[in-house]
Amino acid sequence: MHSSRTRKTTTAVAALAALPLALSACSAGSLGSSDGDGSGTTITFLVDTADASVKPAQALADAFNAANPDITVEVETRPAGTEGDNLVKTRLSTGSMSDVFSYNSGSLFQQIDPARNLVPLTGEDFAADVSDAFKPNASVGSELYGVPIGTAFGGGVVYNKDVYAQLGLSVPTTWADFIANSQRIKDAGGGVAPVVQTYGETWTSQLLVLGDFHNVAAAEPDFAERYTANQAEYATDPAAIKGFEHLQQVRDLGLVNEDFASATLADGLRMVAEGTGAQYPMLSSVAAGGLETAAGGETADVGFFALPGDDAATNGLTAWYPNGAYIPTSTTGEELEAAKAFAAFIASPEGCEAQTSASPPTGPYLVAGCDLPTDVPALTQDVNAYFESDAQSPALEFLSAVKGPSLEQITVQVGSGISTAAEGAALYDQDVEKQAQQLGLEGW
Amino acid sequence: MASTTTGLPPVPSPPPQASRTQRRSRKGTPYPGWFYVPAAVVYLSIFIVPTVVSFYFSLTRWNFSSSEFIGLENFFQFFREPALVKGFTNTIVYAVVTSGLKVVLGMGLGVLLASQITGRAYLRSVVFFPVLVSTVGVGITFTALMNPSRGLINQVLELVGVAGPGWLTDPQLALLSVALVDVWKGVGLATVIYIAGIVSIPPEYTEAAAVDGASPWQQFRSITLPLSWPATSTVVTLSLIGGLRSFDLIWAMTRGGPGFTSDVVASVIYKQYQAGFYGLSTAGNVILFVVVTAIVIPLTRWLAKKEVAM
Repeated sequence: MHSSRTRKTTTAVAALAALPLALSACSAGSLGSSDGDGSGTTITFLVDTADASVKPAQALADAFNAANPDITVEVETRPAGTEGDNLVKTRLSTGSMSDVFSYNSGSLFQQIDPARNLVPLTGEDFAADVSDAFKPNASVGSELYGVPIGTAFGGGVVYNKDVYAQLGLSVPTTWADFIANSQRIKDAGGGVAPVVQTYGETWTSQLLVLGDFHNVAAAEPDFAERYTANQAEYATDPAAIKGFEHLQQVRDLGLVNEDFASATLADGLRMVAEGTGAQYPMLSSVAAGGLETAAGGETADVGFFALPGDDAATNGLTAWYPNGAYIPTSTTGEELEAAKAFAAFIASPEGCEAQTSASPPTGPYLVAGCDLPTDVPALTQDVNAYFESDAQSPALEFLSAVKGPSLEQITVQVGSGISTAAEGAALYDQDVEKQAQQLGLEGW
Repeated sequence: MASTTTGLPPVPSPPPQASRTQRRSRKGTPYPGWFYVPAAVVYLSIFIVPTVVSFYFSLTRWNFSSSEFIGLENFFQFFREPALVKGFTNTIVYAVVTSGLKVVLGMGLGVLLASQITGRAYLRSVVFFPVLVSTVGVGITFTALMNPSRGLINQVLELVGVAGPGWLTDPQLALLSVALVDVWKGVGLATVIYIAGIVSIPPEYTEAAAVDGASPWQQFRSITLPLSWPATSTVVTLSLIGGLRSFDLIWAMTRGGPGFTSDVVASVIYKQYQAGFYGLSTAGNVILFVVVTAIVIPLTRWLAKKEVAM
């Protein structure tokens, strides 16, 4: 009895002694600002954890370090999706942001209070090299706050060309064709899932809604304007609700993969690359970057088409602008100079080359002097075709600051059959209203 | 007191001594009041002040740098939150299920581990071990174990010919699965409390009952169960409070999903914070504070009264 009690005391003491170790492990490194090690300046560069972000970021840092021996850029990572939004906002608000960070352009950029939190780059030489198409998405008023990092990309369907070829299917230009193709794939059997959904990572569930915006804008060119002014909403607008209806339809028709509820993004990409999944609504940038890892480079069979709408004549791609690289106001002195030099490098042809070497581009770079190499993967060629023929229009988040934070949970509900398309759209309208009120937008 | 001091060699002069005695008798303690100051400063600055300030910020639209006073708008908004009703129901279900199971299992294990069985010390540490593990770590581990197609649990079930459910992906099951993991993690603490409670019951009662011919069940029913009431009330209070404000395990395992089906009040609040609606999420916290207080204070009163009545 006595000995066992002693042993327990020892265990308890050991556990207590280990506690600070565990606690300190949580915070170390992630919040510290740059410590010079005597040999020049070290700056930190924060990107999200997706392969498509980390690899080009690391390549940029390596190329920049090689060209500038007195500056060291260290890449740090953060989660993607709403969790990442939260982290970025919190670190900006508390003045503990990395020296340079990559974050969405467009409406999410507007939500991080750029005028207060970011260093304006308008007067810098490299600002002139940033494409005019990108500038409004990283500007407040006349001040530019970011340079584009990565390429423009599209939201559409990543598909397996082999499966399509075997069944003699052609790329659909209307939603009805898409459903007909999916039915053919299902009827052919062989365990191929016609439509892949991956709710293990909830943000991936939004693609059928967000990627449908080109079709909404084609049917109602003033939708974004009316939507921002609180004159149009998803539940009642006949064009806008289609995205939610499509989501419900693929589930109701039994076209989705069996493990949709727990599958992850990597699972989905692997399924398409292996041909166990035929079509996967996804962002082309994420797909191109993730395929390398998920499918071990076997990406020749993977192609891409825009999410089709009702009208084949207006078929086109919903396009996203690249993330911006921003410098927070908490970066000062030597670090600020180094950070600006790094931003200049990102917005230069050398920077584009470094990124291309690490991850295949998925659309045009929005920097003067950056051309795409000729030997890009099949997926990128498909995406580029939409940009080259100008059959594309920007996603809603680049036209309106209004975007509800719960869309990904709502689309999971609709896609899992927990609620109907109409209920989901109505719920999203409430979510949007809340966000607009919290942002203090006019007319809400 | 005065008579003993006269015997001591270095006697202080009478007037201050008299005043000190007087102060002692008035306060009933030999320590001066300013000994409270360090604790009070810490308590004030990291508990009272933030609490009071949060009541103010719950009435504003707030982005850390500036705030705009909007009255009770946040509270109206929070009650309109579609996930909130579900969140409240889930919170209550979660709190009741976890504390109920912790009482039943904790008492069972407590009785077992307070008796003379082989390997008792080892078994006690096994039962207590999950309490020491990080909640988020437990959550991530069980998320992997509960994966519907690749998880160990369903693979084992498949071996015996049972098609396992989607523990965390089935909207009907997700919350209960998380609650079960919470019980697995928390039952060790309940067991320790019960062991302490049961061991402190004087053995004379059981001996006397055994002499009178009471069966083990009768001994448990009429002696152990009622006399371990203080332990039960502690376990109920602790696990109910824990269940009402539970967040970490749910967030690590389901993030309130699929959709909003396993959202609890705390995760609804966190999502507002995540979206940058700081004032709104503060309003949610104020509401949670009021709700937990409104449930727990009457409950502890009632439990304490029952304890005295025994």
